[in-house]
Amino acid sequence: MTTASAPVPKFQKRPTPARKVNRAIDDRFGTQGAIRRNFNKVFPDHWSFLIGEIALYSFMILLLTGIYLTLFFDPSNVEIIYNGSYVPLKGVEMSRAYASTLDISFDTRAGLVFRQIHHWAALVFVASIIAHMMRVFFTGAFRKPREVNWLIGIVLLMLALVEGFAGYSLPDDLLSGTGLRIAASIAQSIPVIGTWTSFLVFNGEFPGENFIPRLYVVHILLVPGILLALIGAHLGILWHQKHTDFPGPGKTEHNVVGHRVFPVFAVKSGGFFMLTFAVLALLGGLAQINPIWTFGPYDPAKVSSASQPDWYIGFLDGSTRLMPPWEFRGLGHTIPAVLWPTAVLPGVLFTLAALYPFLEAKFTGDKASHNLLQRPREAPTRTAIGAMSLSFYLVLFISGGNDIIAHTFSISLNAMTWAGRIGLIVVPPIAYVVTKRLCISLNERDAEIAHHGIETGIIRQLANGEFVEDHRPKPPPVSDYPQVPTDRIPLPAGAADGAHGKGLAHRAGKAVGGFFTEETEKPAGDAPVGGGSKH
Amino acid sequence: MTTSKASESAASSSAGAAGRPRLVSRRNARRSRSASVRRRRRSSSIVLLLGLLATGVMWTVLAPGGNATETPDANEAVRQGRALFAQGCATCHGLNAQGSSEGPSLIGVGAAAVDFQMSTGRMPLAAPAAQADRKDPLYSETQIDQVEAYIQSLGGGPEDPDLTDADLNDADLAEGGELFLANCAQCHQAAGAGAPLTYGKFAPSLSQATADQVVEAMRTGPESMPVFGPGQINEEEAVAVAAYVRHLQDAPAPGGASIGKYGPVPEGLVAIVIGLGALLGVCLWIGARQKL
Repeated sequence: MTTASAPVPKFQKRPTPARKVNRAIDDRFGTQGAIRRNFNKVFPDHWSFLIGEIALYSFMILLLTGIYLTLFFDPSNVEIIYNGSYVPLKGVEMSRAYASTLDISFDTRAGLVFRQIHHWAALVFVASIIAHMMRVFFTGAFRKPREVNWLIGIVLLMLALVEGFAGYSLPDDLLSGTGLRIAASIAQSIPVIGTWTSFLVFNGEFPGENFIPRLYVVHILLVPGILLALIGAHLGILWHQKHTDFPGPGKTEHNVVGHRVFPVFAVKSGGFFMLTFAVLALLGGLAQINPIWTFGPYDPAKVSSASQPDWYIGFLDGSTRLMPPWEFRGLGHTIPAVLWPTAVLPGVLFTLAALYPFLEAKFTGDKASHNLLQRPREAPTRTAIGAMSLSFYLVLFISGGNDIIAHTFSISLNAMTWAGRIGLIVVPPIAYVVTKRLCISLNERDAEIAHHGIETGIIRQLANGEFVEDHRPKPPPVSDYPQVPTDRIPLPAGAADGAHGKGLAHRAGKAVGGFFTEETEKPAGDAPVGGGSKH
Repeated sequence: MTTSKASESAASSSAGAAGRPRLVSRRNARRSRSASVRRRRRSSSIVLLLGLLATGVMWTVLAPGGNATETPDANEAVRQGRALFAQGCATCHGLNAQGSSEGPSLIGVGAAAVDFQMSTGRMPLAAPAAQADRKDPLYSETQIDQVEAYIQSLGGGPEDPDLTDADLNDADLAEGGELFLANCAQCHQAAGAGAPLTYGKFAPSLSQATADQVVEAMRTGPESMPVFGPGQINEEEAVAVAAYVRHLQDAPAPGGASIGKYGPVPEGLVAIVIGLGALLGVCLWIGARQKL
């Protein structure tokens, strides 16, 4: 590859246990070639490419904490009398699901903190999926050849919402039950098949007698299994197609410039996982989430004011709040108003999102493959469509909590609702126009700098009296990697001694071998690593 | 013919015989009625006199002496309360608490309503709005007691409950919680954090409500709140609800910072702003290009 001119290093291969194991496996399965090839894979460096990893790591934390919770949760509708250590509910009749959630919270070692980490991780999981989706959208990373990964991403997002809602509904507290009651109503609102759909899901009339076990299977087996498989496919396709990158010196449509998986990218990713875990653990340990003991056990006759779904379902709550009560009756059927904001609207939104790569290709006529990203300003129409969609979503999202916002800021709830209704129609077009103008202006400014240079602020008067401002030419773009490491050379023993001394650090450095080798670059500084599609 | 004449004469004679005595008897009746009326008037006036005499005797024996010696403070409190009322409340509620276009009649609302409105600072009203909000009380406890005594003296009504800590500690917290979730949470929210109603009205947060105020609000139904009378929620249950509200206020959040108590909305805000925000910061840190 790129090692032609560098001196071939001589590795002192110590027979460490890791090397022995690796040799043993390689002797039997012939894995060394694949390991070498994949360890040498290059990933581009940009902070925004790491957002998807937040979702991945939150998902892993969800699996780990979820496994712990399954040890103690009892998914059962059977009614019992609570006799645990939470005094204000002693003697109250409740389902075993709710009672076991109380036991996890109050009578299980580390149960509450695991529950809270699990819940915070779920909220951050969906948030990071949407942030990742925004990054992919606004940089045009979904374009050919990556449409399939975009589609998988949309399915992942939808499944994440389903999974989150299932988890929210499992503890069988007042909030869960209220959410399920609404879900049952949404199912019933579908014309012709609605009632049967609801009966199928709840095994009869809401709330049914064995719904929680069903939901439990969906939450801990079915959806996570599909999520895991699709995440595997998502990453596998990414691995195969290679990551996109922003244009820059030395970057072309046919190469990848960045760091190899091992060691730099692997260490960074490992650290990132730890930091994600740290942030979620801090939230889980310091901030109370879903205090089910306050809401009490579910009873269809009770409801709490300001009952909201978790934030990622909030936009549907908002659309329901904004929808006028338009009920259609005729042809022997009733179509309730709730059908439009809760079933039709998300269907339309997710369909449009899934089809977007194909729609864009159709309308722009751009059928080429793209491995280089665009800055948002370089595609003003796409960026404007994105801003329009986001503003539409945000109006719905804010309306989902409009009662709490109204109460907190002493605004009339009716005013909030009407502001949402009008805002939903007025704000998105404004966002479209403003964003598009902004992108075009930024492009014009870029073009001006390219043609005339950068303003210096120095005004000169010419002999004929004319004033002119001096411009200096834009400096040529600097490579992201002036010293791209192309090969690894073991640290000379003397230098290591000088740098680290003979102490603990030195011994630790020797113990982890390759991590502490010095990396020098090829003489030609600008050459990208891993040119070509061989990686 | 003869028979008919005979019958005619018989008829006429019988008519004459019947007519005369009837006249006589009418005259007699008139005379006798006026006599009985006279007699009756005389007897009823005697009864009246006796009654008045008895009332007078009883009044002189029982009423003034007893009240005056037993509760001199009560009368004093009513007097003081009336003065305070005339000064601070009468502008809207009328000089005799009969109400006006600016404020409702307070006759029969009881001491409980007065204590609730004045001890939560809602009355006197800061400004006319969709709903009065809680503020620091303007009157001292003694003054509020005096106004209470005055309003109670006008037409009775629910009394000030005056709960003690012992009452609350003895109450059944679980029962209070069930009653709270069944009757109060649909407006005040499950944690008593409060929530809006229509057109700027709202169910206030219960974070500062004292046990007395909770019971008073249930009994008197201030603002948009319905009255929960003793027929719906008896004395013991009302105390249990008050005890549960105190529990909601005092109980520490076992899970850490109780962010807003509303559940998903503040949680979502924290997850997005702090959780995702911090992790995006980590992205920037880890993803920063290093100079190798």
